[in-house]
Amino acid sequence: MHVAKLANLHVSKDEVEKFKRQLGEVISYIEELGQVDTSGVEATSQTTGLENVYREDKTSGCELKQEDALSGTDETHNGYFVVPALLKKSSM
Amino acid sequence: MGNTLPNNINELQKGLLNKKFSAVEIVEKYLARIRSYDKKLNAFITVTDELAYEQAKRTDKLIRGLSNRVIKQYPLLGVVVAHKDLFLTKGIRTTAASSVLRDYVPAYSATVVERLEKAGAIIIGKLNCDAWAHGSSGENSDFGATKNPWNSEYVPGGSSSGSGVSVAAGMALVATGTDTCGSIRLPANYCGVVGLKPTYGSVSRYGVVAMASSLDSIGHMARTVEDGEKVYGITKGEDGKDATLKNSSYPKLQTSKKITLGVVREFFGDGLDGEVKKNIEGVIEFYKKQDIEIVEVSLPSSKYGISVYYIIQPAEVSSNLARYDGVRYGNSRSMFGDEAKRRIMLGNYVLSAGYWDAYYLKAMKVRSVIINEVNEVFEKVDALIAPVAPTPPFRLGERTDDPLKMYLTDIYAAVANLSGIPSLAVPSGFSKKGLPLGFQLMGQRFSEPLLFKLGKLYQKETDWHLKQPDL
Repeated sequence: MHVAKLANLHVSKDEVEKFKRQLGEVISYIEELGQVDTSGVEATSQTTGLENVYREDKTSGCELKQEDALSGTDETHNGYFVVPALLKKSSM
Repeated sequence: MGNTLPNNINELQKGLLNKKFSAVEIVEKYLARIRSYDKKLNAFITVTDELAYEQAKRTDKLIRGLSNRVIKQYPLLGVVVAHKDLFLTKGIRTTAASSVLRDYVPAYSATVVERLEKAGAIIIGKLNCDAWAHGSSGENSDFGATKNPWNSEYVPGGSSSGSGVSVAAGMALVATGTDTCGSIRLPANYCGVVGLKPTYGSVSRYGVVAMASSLDSIGHMARTVEDGEKVYGITKGEDGKDATLKNSSYPKLQTSKKITLGVVREFFGDGLDGEVKKNIEGVIEFYKKQDIEIVEVSLPSSKYGISVYYIIQPAEVSSNLARYDGVRYGNSRSMFGDEAKRRIMLGNYVLSAGYWDAYYLKAMKVRSVIINEVNEVFEKVDALIAPVAPTPPFRLGERTDDPLKMYLTDIYAAVANLSGIPSLAVPSGFSKKGLPLGFQLMGQRFSEPLLFKLGKLYQKETDWHLKQPDL
């Protein structure tokens, strides 16, 4: 429940029960990794072996136009995205 | 032109150049097949008929203008391609098969989409898949399940379900796909077509909806290994937009040296279905007769592959799907389906303070253990042969309520993704029920040329890849 909230997901009461069971099974399965001896083993986060891939700090001349960038939403205001309010007006 | 469509790129282009048929006629034919069969199979989310006609007309014009020189300039001229709906296509709706992106029309195209178009390919549509590529059966789509063309009561394999089905059912000549843990190889295997999961870092992920960024490989399906190789020749290489890419100098194939093929002991154990096993043993016999040395090898930690994968992948999924907030594009997070929710929650859990060490860090270390074993094996052999999945295609609905069982479908797929090596899935027969069987070949990073060589060798002597389902 707490995890769902952190991920900004709405989960109904029925779903909580179902997910609890299903994810519980998955978690008890993945706990088998505890058996593997990994002392002295470094963690792998990627497989390319590449480090610090640089490019020149230049635009390529085909940057997205404002109109295109806004094309995915109907909620715009003066060329900006309209976002849901995060703060409530205080009732002072 | 007759009733049958060309089986491969060479046949298609010969026909086009010799005026046996025009590109417009070819496109008409594919569209007619889509109209006839896709109601049943549900492989397409969007059919781009107008665009396909337009590109076909351009193709015919190019042939008139350039005649024989045209192929040099456009190596994939006239090739009818369908894209998994994870590939952004400028001006064409791209859904990731999720209601979250039901109406999303991208403002730019993926590198792979652009490269194929530039090489002369014709886009016929966007393909169904498990939503966000989460799944092994094609059933997780918010646009309905895709069906296996060999028997529509069975799954086509996922997540690139529509990709496998469109090629197998003759609704496209080539289809793109993504493979994070078998998502190209499994549907290729279950639909009876060739599937390539390239080396991680060889094909750009730019403009492809991300699932698990350290594992996602961008590949494709075709009827023949040769076509798979041709398409790879176009898609591979740096694009300045995906920093994981490397223009590799692919090792030259030595014709004089005997090739050694490793059979991984652990992949032929208890969990493997008898029919699948027997089929691959036949393939191994075939290779023996081709003067290839067969060596038994061991990857003892490969059995932990799914556990490692189901920690690293959800962790990366939870991060990648965090961007879908419904503000800049797409619908709100309430539209996520069950599987996306499960993976986001699982990912947040394994990354959360207090559990990170026990799960995520541990998984990254076991990943290293698996990679070390893989590297050791490749000191002894040139390539590996293995099953793609433990069983032949299963029935629709059979595993939907049991995520863990569904996840274990990919137990033989995980090694290639976790270690970033390429794998080629090749069809090799049918089960008693008439459903496709196949095998996968894996090699070291950037060993695609060797995998293509081995795959072509098999297809030269067999005709499984030419079989077509009765629709």
